[in-house]
Amino acid sequence: MTAGQALPELASVPWRARTDARWLRRWERIWHAWTLLYTVPFVAAGAVMVWLAPIATPVAIVAAAHAWIIPELYAARGATVARPKGVRDRGAETVAQGLLGDLLDGPERRLQRDTGLALEHGRLGTWLVGEAGALLVRPGGRRMHAFCVSATEADLPPSDRIAHLLLALRVDEEGFATVANHTFAGAPWRVRRRLPARMRPALDAARRAASR
Amino acid sequence: MAQLIRMDGTGHTTLAEWTAADDAAFEEAVDEFRSQLELGYIGTVPEGPGKASHVRQLPREADLVIMRRPIAGG
Repeated sequence: MTAGQALPELASVPWRARTDARWLRRWERIWHAWTLLYTVPFVAAGAVMVWLAPIATPVAIVAAAHAWIIPELYAARGATVARPKGVRDRGAETVAQGLLGDLLDGPERRLQRDTGLALEHGRLGTWLVGEAGALLVRPGGRRMHAFCVSATEADLPPSDRIAHLLLALRVDEEGFATVANHTFAGAPWRVRRRLPARMRPALDAARRAASR
Repeated sequence: MAQLIRMDGTGHTTLAEWTAADDAAFEEAVDEFRSQLELGYIGTVPEGPGKASHVRQLPREADLVIMRRPIAGG
């Protein structure tokens, strides 16, 4: 990679390993193992309790609820990066929306205006870029990652925030993922349920694109 | 007409415009570009769908150069 292609923000995180396809696959396996580790024991304990003493069924239900709630909380954390943030300045946002629209092709532009998320095809998968982070649907569409990352200036309108991330992503995809904080890896359906209804078509489109 | 713009709280601001034949306008744009770098902005040239380049000097031949703030993990 030449100096012109490397994201300059990488200098602020010199200790991080570069986030490439191998890194993503490794984290997919780790997150999958963790999910099993904190769900299977609760389910198993609940089943054993009911088998040994049916009177303990309410406690077993609580254990099963834990097995359900903990993965939901992680998925909610993944979805949070895509949700709209902050105050809207309508005037500035209109100007920023025009610039962002110029950076996107027709279908992606319409999708962004409808859902608030900008779809970008990359080598690591299909990205959905929001104001304060990005979702990455891996090739095949069965696994996804969430990254928390944003522009450092506080008073930018939402579309400028997306444009910041989009440009950085286009300069250096792996560098972008390296600078961002990884917040989730898992099945897209888990995050989809936690997204606002308006944004779900963007994730559906990203899954379709990643499946091709 | 090439443009140097900065993404900021107003949406964006046009800082300079130049043409390949207008040396004076380009020099003004170069000065503006440098002053933005000193303020901590990063120069980026969009190069069509899916591509962009980070630039440390203002490219005369670019149609659009966008100054953006650094990004950071949240």
